[in-house]
Amino acid sequence: MPDNSPIFKTAKELSSDLANGTLSSTELTQAMIERVDTVDDQIHAFLHLDKEDALNQAKLSDDRRANGKELSPLDGIPVSLKDVIAVQDQPLTAASKILENYRSPYDATVTQKLKHAGAVVAGRLNLDEFAMGSSTENSAYGATCNPWDLERVPGGSSGGSSAAVAARETPLSLGSDTGGSIRQPASLCGVVGMKPTYGMVSRYGLAAFASSLDQIGPFSKTVEDAALLLEIISGHDPLDSTSFPKDVPLYSQELDNVEQPGVIGLPKEFFGPGMDDEVRASIEQSIEHYRSLGFQTKEISLPTTELSIPVYYVIATAEASSNLARYDGIRYTSRSEHAQNAIDVYAKSRGEGFGPEVKRRCILGAYGLSSGYYDAYYLRAQKARTLIRQDFERAFKDVDAILTPTSPTPAFKFGEKSEDPISMYLSDIYTISTNLAGLPGISVPCGFTESGLPIGMQLIGQAFEETKLLKIAHAYDREHLYGTQAPTL
Amino acid sequence: MSEDAPMDIDYVANLARIELTSDEKTTYQRQLGDVLKYFEKLQELDVEGVEPTAHAFPRHNVWDEDKSKEGFSAEEALKNAPQSRHDQVVVPKVIEE
Amino acid sequence: MEYEAVIGLEVHVQLDTNSKMFTRVGTGFGYPPNTLTDPVVLGLPGALPVMNREAIEKSIKVGLLLGCKIAEICKWDRKNYFYPDMPKNYQISQFDQPICEGGEVEIEMPGENPAKMGKHRMVELTRIHLEEDVGKLTHYEQDSLVDYNRAGSPLLEIVSEPDMHSPEEVFAYLTSLRNSLVAAGISACDMEKGQLRCDANISVRPVGTETLGTKVELKNLNTISGVRNGVEYEIRRQIRAIQEGETIIQETRRWNPDQKYTTPMRTKEMAHDYRYFPDPDLMPVKVDQDWVDRIARELPEKPFDKQRRYQQDMNLPYTVTSALCGDHLLCAYFEETTELAKSATKTANWVVNDLLRELSQANKTDELSEEPTKRVTPQSCPVTPQKLAELVNLIEDGKLTNNVAKELFPEMFSSGKSAAELIKEKGLDNQSDDVEIEGICAEAISNDPDAAEKFRGGKEGAINALKGAVMKATRGQANPKVVDETLRRLLASS
Repeated sequence: MPDNSPIFKTAKELSSDLANGTLSSTELTQAMIERVDTVDDQIHAFLHLDKEDALNQAKLSDDRRANGKELSPLDGIPVSLKDVIAVQDQPLTAASKILENYRSPYDATVTQKLKHAGAVVAGRLNLDEFAMGSSTENSAYGATCNPWDLERVPGGSSGGSSAAVAARETPLSLGSDTGGSIRQPASLCGVVGMKPTYGMVSRYGLAAFASSLDQIGPFSKTVEDAALLLEIISGHDPLDSTSFPKDVPLYSQELDNVEQPGVIGLPKEFFGPGMDDEVRASIEQSIEHYRSLGFQTKEISLPTTELSIPVYYVIATAEASSNLARYDGIRYTSRSEHAQNAIDVYAKSRGEGFGPEVKRRCILGAYGLSSGYYDAYYLRAQKARTLIRQDFERAFKDVDAILTPTSPTPAFKFGEKSEDPISMYLSDIYTISTNLAGLPGISVPCGFTESGLPIGMQLIGQAFEETKLLKIAHAYDREHLYGTQAPTL
Repeated sequence: MSEDAPMDIDYVANLARIELTSDEKTTYQRQLGDVLKYFEKLQELDVEGVEPTAHAFPRHNVWDEDKSKEGFSAEEALKNAPQSRHDQVVVPKVIEE
Repeated sequence: MEYEAVIGLEVHVQLDTNSKMFTRVGTGFGYPPNTLTDPVVLGLPGALPVMNREAIEKSIKVGLLLGCKIAEICKWDRKNYFYPDMPKNYQISQFDQPICEGGEVEIEMPGENPAKMGKHRMVELTRIHLEEDVGKLTHYEQDSLVDYNRAGSPLLEIVSEPDMHSPEEVFAYLTSLRNSLVAAGISACDMEKGQLRCDANISVRPVGTETLGTKVELKNLNTISGVRNGVEYEIRRQIRAIQEGETIIQETRRWNPDQKYTTPMRTKEMAHDYRYFPDPDLMPVKVDQDWVDRIARELPEKPFDKQRRYQQDMNLPYTVTSALCGDHLLCAYFEETTELAKSATKTANWVVNDLLRELSQANKTDELSEEPTKRVTPQSCPVTPQKLAELVNLIEDGKLTNNVAKELFPEMFSSGKSAAELIKEKGLDNQSDDVEIEGICAEAISNDPDAAEKFRGGKEGAINALKGAVMKATRGQANPKVVDETLRRLLASS
């Protein structure tokens, strides 16, 4: 496939090409389909792609344009979704056997927003089953491979969403982030991935994992593209009671507005041992770049950092055990053939339909909520969570954004961490506390290791200050554009 | 707390309605035991006087007016049902006595 | 050894709202299966709940009606358990911060006889909370079917203290509660439609002791008398068991209304470990004093208060007030009529006797009618308050006899015509003409000189033959009082 194929371009470029008529949505979507056909055997990012439906949407976009209608910048551009976000009449497997045959009878709110903007909503992307994992190895339909090294993981849980953008199978995708599931895979695949402030993007239509932590967010090659997608999917939703009533600025138009460089906080707990040397070197270069732009840096402390993993896992598994109870073999899931009576149906369908990580977490979650343990686990974790939030509140009194590595290591090999749950959990150490505090966070590619593996830098912003965060991220990204470097496939 | 007794995996797996093979029980018991040991850090924390976080950005009275809207037809509602009859979901015999 | 029963009731009331508790699809009874569903009702992946404000308002109304403390802040918790009628396998409910606490229900025990008012007392409540209803399971030979139409409807759970001690008290409690709730427009409380459901917690203990015995939960009590009968049986069973040296097991039992006994049930959640935790998808409710005050201003009069007022202000006897006050529509009709009628007592009698009779006959044919609008109510029946008042006033003024009025009433009900219209149609108003009566009486006297002679001679009873003749001539329409006066005057003067 030629490198000048439209499917290699950024969304901003594509938007411009579509607008000035040098490209049609049908051509673009065709290019996408060809690319998927060519490389996805190796990458395995896609669980499903309804080609006919995609081309129909593309045609409708071209028709709209031909009729001289006023169109959104995303009109005609493919956006692929993590297979937990509902699209009417499309499958939603959550990478689980228990939803093998499920088709959603309704659209998620973000899907509706995309359709309203004229995007070509195409493809279901692989993930760790029910978003539980950090490598996409937990998918019941096989792992996704990192486009930069096919023997390594793309990260997780939104591994398919990240790999698909990195492999140029789609210009934009959506993932979900509960403990780092957008940012970590973005970092491992060398693309931009962002988690908005909790409540800025509606969760209606997102198969829930941990309700108080989940957020949907964009994957793209540049910060600019992420801003473009984010402004389309954000906004208050009356169907989601946790959705926050805040106006959504046009993020993409604000990025270059000259602003006083601010203060960037560097939490000392995030720069200790456990970080790969090459990651450290790359992050230090990014810090230098910010200084050269006039930003001040300040060492801050987030003392509760170490606690964030147990706090996260107690809360997330508790909420998950309750959220996943609905997958029971009764109404719309696969049902065990071996069930003799109603009580059996549950235990057998779930025993057969769920993978090991999901089963472990449901059991752990039920335990943490159970009689006699609620106070020691769930309640205590929620109190600790308050302390974590307070740490950030204190820090943000003095800084405008917090900079950290996204992941302690670059992409690891298949099987390296999958036998040891704790080791897998620890790979989320830098991203988890952001979800607990509900803050926005973005991973921006900031370099490569000697062996060519991507490294990502994370920026954490104040609540509801997406514009500021994106500007700061863009200040780095527009000079480096690491995300526009494509892997060789 | 977790030092007192290992997790009664039969009890909890039943609460979660997940049937485990005996191999799974052994493996998970061990793995979850390790995880719980790791969680002990939580017990050392001083949370005296700290309010639990119920919501990241709490609000009150998020509701709707009582206006009814169209829903699914029976067909749409049962589209994904493993088994249905008379427009209702079929479930294996429920033993209630 | 004498034993006493200690009974607490958990009553679930389906609130009469347009849409469900946590989503806006419609509510209702008798709809085709699974047509009142949407992603939230079915618990589909990605569905999220949104509170129904009206359900909260109605709950506050009930709380005020029953004298509860209304919470300033209340929240939602998930009650986790698996059952085929539970779409999410957790129910959204309220655990430790319910909408109302405390409260009481006034009950009336049966009196010595139906004409005498029995004792009143207050049954204490523990709390009231809101939750969502579950679907409906129907059991067959080989399997069961689930209909989710009811799932997600708003349900108010009213929990009493273990403060009742007999099946009669339980019956009185349910009757009183139902009347209050219906009068306040909270729910139609029709147990057959599942709008009001009741579980009882029953234990027994030796009279004079304080410690509660082991309690048994009793379910499947589907009618108000079923509750009374089930409770009665269970009390007897427990006492008999203790007397025979058995221990009462804490369990859930099922009332079998056909066989008339209780049997053990396999419990839904073996360990009853509901793993309650605050629902992260829903925000808490803050109830400010202004809101409570506004609802308080709009509270209707409670049925027993109304009954006391009728007794005191209008001197109505117990037999009449007890027939009236169980039906708030009847009361509204009655009050409207008394504003126009000259006699409250007469009005009350017409309402509880003749009107009620006509209404119940008219509604007999509508047995299976599920739509409340199809039933004939006092408000929708052809005898309007104005028409009834007119009838009562005609009798009060002596222009119409009670007997004639009683005969006219059914036709008033079926035709919608007023008494005045019917009187005119049937030519009954002539008989009130005094001159006519005078003439007819004179004629009767001249036609029966014998009777006249006898009467003048001192035989009182002789006047009856003359009266009979006058009545015959007037086809029974003449006013007996007027006829009597006229005959005596004429007989005396000649």
